[in-house]
Amino acid sequence: MLNFSLKQLSALLAAKKISSAELTGEFLRRSRTLNPDYNAFITIDEEASLAQARAADIMIAAGRAYPLTGIPVAQKDIFCTRGWLTTCGSRMLSNFVSPYDADVVERFNAAGAVNIGKTNMDEFAMGSSSETSFYGPVKNPWDTTAVPGGSSGGSACAVAARMTPAATGTDTGGSIRQPAALCGISGLKPTYGLVSRYGMIAFASSLDQGGPMAKSAEDLALMLNVMAGFDRRDSTSLQREPEDYTRDLEKPLEGLRIGLPKEYFVKEINDDVARAVEAAVAEYRKLGAKTVEVSLPTTKLAVSVYYVLAPAEASSNLSRFDGVRYGYRAPEYTDIDDMYRKSRAQGFGAEVKRRILIGTYVLSHGYYDAYYIQAQKLRRLIAQDFAEAFKLCDIIMGPTSPTVAFGLGEKSSDPVRMYLSDAYTIAVNLAGLPGLSIPAGFGEKNRPVGLHIVGNYFAEAKMLNVAHQYQQVTDWHIRTPVQLES
Amino acid sequence: MQWEIVIGLEVHTQLSTQSKIFSGASTAFGAAPNAEACAVDLALPGVLPVLNRGAVERAIKLGLAVRGKINSPSIFARKNYFYPDLPKGYQISQYELPVVEGGSVRIQTGHDGNECEKTIRLTRAHLEEDAGKSLHEDFHGMTGIDLNRAGTPLLEIVSEPDMRSSAEAVAYAKTLHSLVRWIGICDGNMQEGSFRCDANVSVRPRGSDTLGTRCEIKNLNSFRFLEKAIDYEARRQIEILEDGGAIHQQTRLYDSDKGETRAMRSKEDAQDYRYFPDPDLLPLEIPESWIAEVKSRLPELPQQMHTRLERDYGLSAYDAASLTADREIAEYFEAVVDKLPSDPKLCANWVMGEISAYLNDEGRFFGDCPLSPGQLAQLLARIKDGTISGKMAKEVFRQMWLKAGLIGKQATAWKGRDSQINENLADQIIESQGLRQISDSGELEKLVGEVMAANSKSVEEFKAGKEKAFNAIVGQVMKAAKGKANPAQVNEILKRKLME
Repeated sequence: MLNFSLKQLSALLAAKKISSAELTGEFLRRSRTLNPDYNAFITIDEEASLAQARAADIMIAAGRAYPLTGIPVAQKDIFCTRGWLTTCGSRMLSNFVSPYDADVVERFNAAGAVNIGKTNMDEFAMGSSSETSFYGPVKNPWDTTAVPGGSSGGSACAVAARMTPAATGTDTGGSIRQPAALCGISGLKPTYGLVSRYGMIAFASSLDQGGPMAKSAEDLALMLNVMAGFDRRDSTSLQREPEDYTRDLEKPLEGLRIGLPKEYFVKEINDDVARAVEAAVAEYRKLGAKTVEVSLPTTKLAVSVYYVLAPAEASSNLSRFDGVRYGYRAPEYTDIDDMYRKSRAQGFGAEVKRRILIGTYVLSHGYYDAYYIQAQKLRRLIAQDFAEAFKLCDIIMGPTSPTVAFGLGEKSSDPVRMYLSDAYTIAVNLAGLPGLSIPAGFGEKNRPVGLHIVGNYFAEAKMLNVAHQYQQVTDWHIRTPVQLES
Repeated sequence: MQWEIVIGLEVHTQLSTQSKIFSGASTAFGAAPNAEACAVDLALPGVLPVLNRGAVERAIKLGLAVRGKINSPSIFARKNYFYPDLPKGYQISQYELPVVEGGSVRIQTGHDGNECEKTIRLTRAHLEEDAGKSLHEDFHGMTGIDLNRAGTPLLEIVSEPDMRSSAEAVAYAKTLHSLVRWIGICDGNMQEGSFRCDANVSVRPRGSDTLGTRCEIKNLNSFRFLEKAIDYEARRQIEILEDGGAIHQQTRLYDSDKGETRAMRSKEDAQDYRYFPDPDLLPLEIPESWIAEVKSRLPELPQQMHTRLERDYGLSAYDAASLTADREIAEYFEAVVDKLPSDPKLCANWVMGEISAYLNDEGRFFGDCPLSPGQLAQLLARIKDGTISGKMAKEVFRQMWLKAGLIGKQATAWKGRDSQINENLADQIIESQGLRQISDSGELEKLVGEVMAANSKSVEEFKAGKEKAFNAIVGQVMKAAKGKANPAQVNEILKRKLME
């Protein structure tokens, strides 16, 4: 049952073969066993989860069940959740119990889903390995000496280890797709503005986007049906007609034009990853798709642009964590400035401080034009590159990450090397496009490889269709780590 | 050396919206600390700003009223600095592209024949949010924070350095104060901080066309303080320069107890605010249709009305300026003229004379004047038709005021109680107390004859060439008539009789 899809679980619940309380209990038991090792969750509150499950059972009994009613969903600890500790992986918010629900949390609550716990993450979503959390690193279930990726590493780990059927994540530069790839699950970053950012603790506002993480494309579609939608509390939320993201899943791929950017398949990519991606593309050809070479010449600039803009916004977004109204406050200080200094010095970890410093620097008088303004111009060029490419193809494919999961501690002393591994995903955030990662086999040390599928704006249904058809003829997405097979 | 003072003002007007500029919390003044601070105002993790369209509409009104350019798009930017009453660690303001650019305001200075008109150019007006308040008393060495004011919408109106004296600066501030109230975007309450000025002051040798180094005096919340602070600051700068010193660019505070300005911080330790566009807010687009719609609801502006009063009613520039200094005065005046179109000058005299004086004495405003325009118009009509003299009218007015003013202060506002107004109050008082003027020529002839007979000495004196005796006799006639004799008729009859 732990391997069941959301649709299968929903059918079991509807047929009263199992109650939500039983189902929730099952996943909670698994977390109780595995989480001490994997550290995927920061907070598990069995009572709260079971209370929600019992409420869901009443909805089901009354014949008022939605597709996700009674199904456990883990929430990344970046989403404010009323009555739950919401830490963002930081000591700064290690005492923060949110008085309100994020829009995403409200939507899952309204859908009758059960919050199965708050997942671990890189502190304030800054990182690609889930090692910067105040609550300690998350392990990769495929190999506990490897990182799960980040920043949504807790969600990816929890889904991969079957501690939850599905989870939420957020993606600023690849934080959903890269951990999904490294943990062998599916993850979608929607078009910027599709999912409300209200109640999602901001890292870089113009790039942040929430999205679903689950085993399969079909599960992602069901999750996105709940998460997407206009929210007047977020001024960057888009007002569009609601869509059913499952509607195109079964469409054949005959005639699909897959763009392969020539800049993606160069020396930076590891052979094992390249082989897996090429095999996946070959599978698509069998499904009737055609491939075309496209060019994204600004790809190599994406990381530099990102590491100007994201820290700039972050340095300002994180100013509110000053120890005055909530959150961590240093125990001893002499005056207000000393209180700011000590609270922030003690409350933030090294990576967060590094990015606040970078961001403060690039926004400073005399540097703003050279860095921030220049980066904004390049950001537009990156979006134009994609626009050109989409004239030639329907979908762009490549590796999600140039390597499989790296070892714990391996890159934490070399931040730039860590940053560079996000080149493929980052450009998509800069352009505001949707991006999807699905499992596409295994590379070195039998660690998972992710296939990156990028669509045009609002092409989520198409991308999910493309991913789903692949998952109909492959089984990578339903494989589980050996030691977890039950 | 002759010095010239150069002044530019930055005026923060609090916009009269019900809710805050980026949240739904109330803006009402005087609530318990933090009772009007919602999640957005407290800058809880994850909250986002949503722009209040009412604040934008008010900015458009100001832009139209000063004939400025309304930018579309304009951009909200973050001004980053740490302060305990600034919850987000940044203030959302506008920096490179403000909502309004340019425009001007015409001011009048001097009076009694020395009136002088001048145009003050505006640089820009931009929308921003106010900060909270730090409370230093009652916390035993600690500081309390009240975030009720955090997020209150402000429109900062920045002028060019076009003023040359504190009097001009005050005239500009008053004109702007009157304008923002006139177009209904700000309540203008200076005690509650709804209208605050920062003055940029510099001096230079007369004739020079380069600007001197300026000092900015922060947070002047009365016209008197504005005037005194500028005068003090200009004197201070002139003294330094005459002693061979140099002015350092500074931000200064005005100490109203000591009547002096004090350095707060200098340019050297000015903060780098690291402005950048707020990624949580989209560029503010203001379509032409919105501007046109706001324009269609804009009242006649004081400047237009001023011109109309001079042209259509033949009023002097001074009268027109006084009547258009405040929309409530203007409305009251117009309502009086409406009932007595034959003599706008008489209406103006009484509105600015008796009514203003009585209201001033009682610390009231035109909006709650106890007498309605119709009641005043009837009284003035009785002067015009000779029923009572102008002098007697003042007595009738006093009684009308006392009678109408007996009703509770709130209820006496003439606006909104039209059905209860006794429009015949003037006539009733004139009749019931027999104050009607004696205009019957037979009766007056008889009265004058009697007074002449009883005052033969005065009559002799007049005939001997002492012209002052004439007035003495008139005075006696009026006394005999208990003030009710028509003075013009008395003069005429007496003159004729003395010639006989």
